[in-house]
Amino acid sequence: MSEPTRVYRFAVNVTPKPGILDPQGKAVERSLPHLGIAGVTGVRVGRRVELAVTATDAEAARAIVARLAGELLSNPLMEQYEVEALGETPAPAGAGAAG
Amino acid sequence: MSVRIGIVLFPGSNRDIDAVNGLTVAGAEPVILWHEDTDLSGVSGVLLPGGFAYGDYLRAGVIARFSPVMQAVADFAARGGPVLGICNGFQVLAEAGLVPGALLRNRGLRFVCREVALTPERLDSPFTREIRERRPLRMPVAHGEGCYFADDATLDALERDGQVLWRYTASDGSTAGPEDPGNPNGSLRGIAGVANAAGNVAGLMPHPETAVEALIGSADGLGIVRSLVVSAEEYAATGAVTGARALAGVAPR
Repeated sequence: MSEPTRVYRFAVNVTPKPGILDPQGKAVERSLPHLGIAGVTGVRVGRRVELAVTATDAEAARAIVARLAGELLSNPLMEQYEVEALGETPAPAGAGAAG
Repeated sequence: MSVRIGIVLFPGSNRDIDAVNGLTVAGAEPVILWHEDTDLSGVSGVLLPGGFAYGDYLRAGVIARFSPVMQAVADFAARGGPVLGICNGFQVLAEAGLVPGALLRNRGLRFVCREVALTPERLDSPFTREIRERRPLRMPVAHGEGCYFADDATLDALERDGQVLWRYTASDGSTAGPEDPGNPNGSLRGIAGVANAAGNVAGLMPHPETAVEALIGSADGLGIVRSLVVSAEEYAATGAVTGARALAGVAPR
């Protein structure tokens, strides 16, 4: 009988580092006058990745997400990320922990 | 016998045939390497071709970085073997950390497909040694994420250590800065291609392999492809690349 596991859901929000040119954000900003919207500045376009990790505890799950976010989902030269916990549920029977 | 140079084929590579042609014209024997290969079939040089490896999902080059063949390429590079990444191949090398910096989305947001001019910074590196004179070279670019980026300290170090190999050239012959029309993507300091600190790994966004025959527009890329071939020949014969050692210790002229 293995340790009980749970499914931890996360979002990883990846955004361009401050100071890094973000042409997508600039393009969005330039389109705002066409909508008749004024006063919006500082638009930065990033990416949100949602995922679920099966693990024995929240700490183990978060460590996996941190590695994934730092090595794959973001490029530390130009991007930063924040991990957001979205909740947890018991793992379905038979699911193994990620390791 | 011609030297064997591997061309890594990722799902989504599309300039592999151009690479085969360029290497053939330059006198090498091209060997196609599959992305799931774990060895390089004894090649003496590696070319990572252009395209959209793994659909460029997430970020250009990042998923290719984790393919089995890239571990073999990294080992080959660590042993001093010459590796050249072109366009998407440059993005893969940058994501893998085998060359410094990152390629951001083009400053103008558009995919740019046209001829550009770039000037070699030095003619004694493993990837420029067969270029006969220091003048602007004409060849195509075709990319959406080619804006070379590194922080100022890194850029200063790259310039100091002679790791900037090519810069985009403005119509008056000077370096094309980020806002100059001669710079297709807004690359900082006009950088079109760089080498690693050891000098045996380099990447550039323009396509020298498609500019190897005057009949189809330009043969200005041949010097770069020939440089890779000569460096691979030297690596095959001696287990090292002279230009790489020179690059590591000598400031640019």
